[in-house]
Amino acid sequence: EISAPWTFHNLQELRHSASLANKVFLQRDYSDGTTCRFQTKFPSELESRIERPLFEDTVKRLNIYYAEAEKMGGQSYLEGCLACATAYLIFLCMETRYEKVLKKIGRYIQEQNEKIYAPRGLLITDPIERGMRVIEISIYEDRGSSGSCSGSSSTSGSSAR
Amino acid sequence: MKHCEYQQIDPQALSTPTPTLPPQHAVVQEEKKGETARRKWEDFPGKNRFYCDGRIIVAQQSGVLPLTLGLILVTTVLFFVFDCPFLLKHLTVFIPAIGGVLFVFVVISLLQTSFTDPGILPRATPDEAADIEKQIDNSGSSTYRPPPRTKEVMINQQVVKLKYCFTCKMFRPPRTSHCSLCDNCVERFDHHCPWVGNCVGKRNYRFFYTFIVSLSFLTVFIFGCVATHLALRAQGGRGLMFALQESPASAVELVICFFSVWSILGLSGFHTYLVASNLTTNEDIKGSWSGKSGTEDTGNPYSYNNIITNCCSVLCGPMPPSLIDRRGFMPVEESSQTVATEIELAAKNEINVCQLVLCLSVFVCMAHHHPPLGGQLSGLCSVLCWLMSKCTQGTKDLLESASRSPCPQTGKPQTVSTSCPDSIDPADPAVTFNPDVTPDPVAVPSLKCGGRHHSHTTSPPDEPRQLHHHHHHNRHHKTRSARSSSKRAALHISNPAYNVSLSPPTSPGLGPSHGTGAEEHVRDSFATLH
Repeated sequence: EISAPWTFHNLQELRHSASLANKVFLQRDYSDGTTCRFQTKFPSELESRIERPLFEDTVKRLNIYYAEAEKMGGQSYLEGCLACATAYLIFLCMETRYEKVLKKIGRYIQEQNEKIYAPRGLLITDPIERGMRVIEISIYEDRGSSGSCSGSSSTSGSSAR
Repeated sequence: MKHCEYQQIDPQALSTPTPTLPPQHAVVQEEKKGETARRKWEDFPGKNRFYCDGRIIVAQQSGVLPLTLGLILVTTVLFFVFDCPFLLKHLTVFIPAIGGVLFVFVVISLLQTSFTDPGILPRATPDEAADIEKQIDNSGSSTYRPPPRTKEVMINQQVVKLKYCFTCKMFRPPRTSHCSLCDNCVERFDHHCPWVGNCVGKRNYRFFYTFIVSLSFLTVFIFGCVATHLALRAQGGRGLMFALQESPASAVELVICFFSVWSILGLSGFHTYLVASNLTTNEDIKGSWSGKSGTEDTGNPYSYNNIITNCCSVLCGPMPPSLIDRRGFMPVEESSQTVATEIELAAKNEINVCQLVLCLSVFVCMAHHHPPLGGQLSGLCSVLCWLMSKCTQGTKDLLESASRSPCPQTGKPQTVSTSCPDSIDPADPAVTFNPDVTPDPVAVPSLKCGGRHHSHTTSPPDEPRQLHHHHHHNRHHKTRSARSSSKRAALHISNPAYNVSLSPPTSPGLGPSHGTGAEEHVRDSFATLH
């Protein structure tokens, strides 16, 4: 593992002083069918940037939230039947449970970015912005750090195996 | 990635992870540039059309939707005007009441089916596409374009093949299919319904099901009521012909209902079977799970093996959100790419709105006036004739049976062709994306500032002919992107991370040979990513 020197950023600083080096994509896990789950495999590019338990915790939490959004239980059936009875017009006025959970997820990701990922020069993109296909993690390099050093760390992390 | 680049990230591009930022940025940009910020629907790569500033989405060809609406409206209105008074007097007040409720249900669910996003998957960003390409090529394929790529996943202990979509640059999730008419990948794709003018997919399947079920009830109800009406009139030995003479509109309703009830009832029954077994029309037609391929282990992996659970999950499950974010604002540098297409799209949308409004107002007028019957029928015929010119092949028989009298040639509103004039050759280069050229940090501002009216007539003095060439290509590229090769489609996708410049910043000499040269360039750049 190469530990490249990085300075601790907050989210604001990241925008103004860092440049994008690489992006890692966590794909969907379809073993359970079409419900929304993401693979928890730890990408090799992040090995030098963040501790594995922290990362896995974030992804697992996201999976739990998505499972909650798509859960088919009493409340969702009630919502569905009520919607059918009103010719689905209540969708125009009411926020569905899914949307509420999505907002919660957005806040969670924002919080994780601010507390954990931005200080390490990483940024998680909300999957909804990518069509729920991937969790995109952007890896930033400090503009001030030497090009070769950060270059080598990212290339070694992403070289084909 | 073997080839990494260090790029300046435009601060606005970082606003995407935090959803609250884009509108503020858009407002700031608005003040700076003095123009309204663009919404994402304006640059949508598929072939859909948008109304009400992105709130309503329909497929490119509205297909037979006006006919569907028209038939339903006409039949129901005739029913209320000619049959209900008689039945109200002789039978019960519940008849118009039930008819009204069913009619409202039918129209609302039809409009929702047509105007709702069926579950369109947004196309992969160039970063994602590159990442997937890298993963595929790492797994051993040596040629540049290997045969159709598939990926196998295990779903509920069953092997399912996921196909790679060349247009959308991603592996399609299970049950997703690419609709060629709309040029989109749609989740849980059922079919593209011309009657409804939209794809039927995960998000609007319940509306579609409600529509066909309530329509079958309505059709059967009207048919029954009209038959009762005629039977009551023909009582006392006066005969059916007398009854028909007294109420000729009932004949029209009978004919329409008779011909449509079979197909609609059949469709409802078929879809009830699909819902109960958690299948889509697409899967049923292809026989994905019926064991035709000869392999063992081919049950439907998505079925819960319980009819009630299947029905509930399909019809009453949670409503997934729209993934394409039509009304979000675009980051500024992306909008400069497609400013040339604004004019065409805006014009197209205005024309389509006019058509829709005109069409509906024609029906409303017909319904409200009570002209002599001859006038009404000829009006109906003229409208049907007009629609005939827009109809698909299969519906012509239905029309001919419905309208018996010769169609007069009235002065119909000129249906403006909504597609681009066919003057562009398929080898439309319009290549704009050079991933391995260090992007010019100064985005090409002149295009955006050039304004809607000037983009294809005047050009900024420093980039004269090339830019003009680009605008011309971009304008037509928007409508031809589906027909040109898929790699070109991906290049048009805007990505906030890449500061895309419309013209190669340092080579003014490309000019007319730009097309092939740029394609080669792109091919090379893709090769370097591997």
